[in-house]
Amino acid sequence: MASQQAILNPATMIEEFKKNGVSHVVALPDSETNFLYELMDAESSLDVVPVAREGETMAVAAGLIVGGKRPVCLIQNTGMFESGDSIRGIAVDLGLPIVMIVGYRGWTRHGVTPDSAARFTEPYMDAWGLKYYLVERDEDADRISIAFEEAYENNTPIVVLIGDEYHGFNR
Amino acid sequence: MIEQREMMKVVEKLRGDAIVLPTMTGNGAWLDVTQNQDRDVSIGGAMGKASTFALGLAMAQPDTNIIVFDGDGSLEMNLGTLATIAGKKPKNLYHFVLENGVYGTTGGQPIPSAGELSFAGIAREAGYKAAYEFDDLEEFTLQADSILNEEGPVFVCIKIVPEVQNEPIGRRKRHPKARPTKDALVALRKEIGTS
Repeated sequence: MASQQAILNPATMIEEFKKNGVSHVVALPDSETNFLYELMDAESSLDVVPVAREGETMAVAAGLIVGGKRPVCLIQNTGMFESGDSIRGIAVDLGLPIVMIVGYRGWTRHGVTPDSAARFTEPYMDAWGLKYYLVERDEDADRISIAFEEAYENNTPIVVLIGDEYHGFNR
Repeated sequence: MIEQREMMKVVEKLRGDAIVLPTMTGNGAWLDVTQNQDRDVSIGGAMGKASTFALGLAMAQPDTNIIVFDGDGSLEMNLGTLATIAGKKPKNLYHFVLENGVYGTTGGQPIPSAGELSFAGIAREAGYKAAYEFDDLEEFTLQADSILNEEGPVFVCIKIVPEVQNEPIGRRKRHPKARPTKDALVALRKEIGTS
């Protein structure tokens, strides 16, 4: 059985954020994205906004967008579940271009998915009517740019699932 | 206990070009009082996130004061917002909580620990620059100007007379000045030049 390698570098994510003019990263870190968090903290062009609960990320991002900034939310799929009414009432109903980078905890490519966090992720986004892209490796990273383009063109939230969460973001 | 409109009249006189964000019970009262609706946005429908939205706006517009009229039930739903706001220390954020002890928009059921916990105490210990509590209009009126000129984040708990709505939502009369949040955001963005 082939083993997965660390193929999505956190630095690639930072480059995508810079390319898309991201001003703020509104985030609730998890252990798997800690290295990305440290890089963001060290990047002078990014203002990291730590929140106490994932549902706050959309509200902070909404205020930033209305005030003329360009944020991104960074949470895990479990936190996205917790954020249901913020996604509905703020991102969807107010038609705001909120790009959410979501760690796809439990994602596997072979279809055997014991982690219910992963099993519920895509049905959840379908239920909310959220468009989403999957990023697993550096070569996929331009999907983040596509997400930003579509979000701002259509005034709609878009999710970017990070399918390599357990690998590339770890040291 | 303070009648919320009387308190809001004091704030309206002092607001200058501040952006005001009411939620829940405070929405209709503020609509009765406001003189600059293009700089007001009612933030609801997301389980107590008005203050969290206010933080984002305060960070994006650091030269403009942001005043949020939160509810006590709303704040309890999103209590972590106090730590989130205190962590970013927005100098221009004034977080009012209208404490009536009940869920005023759902029939007046008591909120958890109604009258027993101190919202101002929690905010102070979370790290707000200052936290106040008023149950007397005259006392608030005397201090309001000074409070709204302090460096934020400032927390102001106002003990208000409950106004309870008990009609199913579909049967409630809309305030004649009410407008959808989406439209209010368009007006605000035009007003502050971010559209």
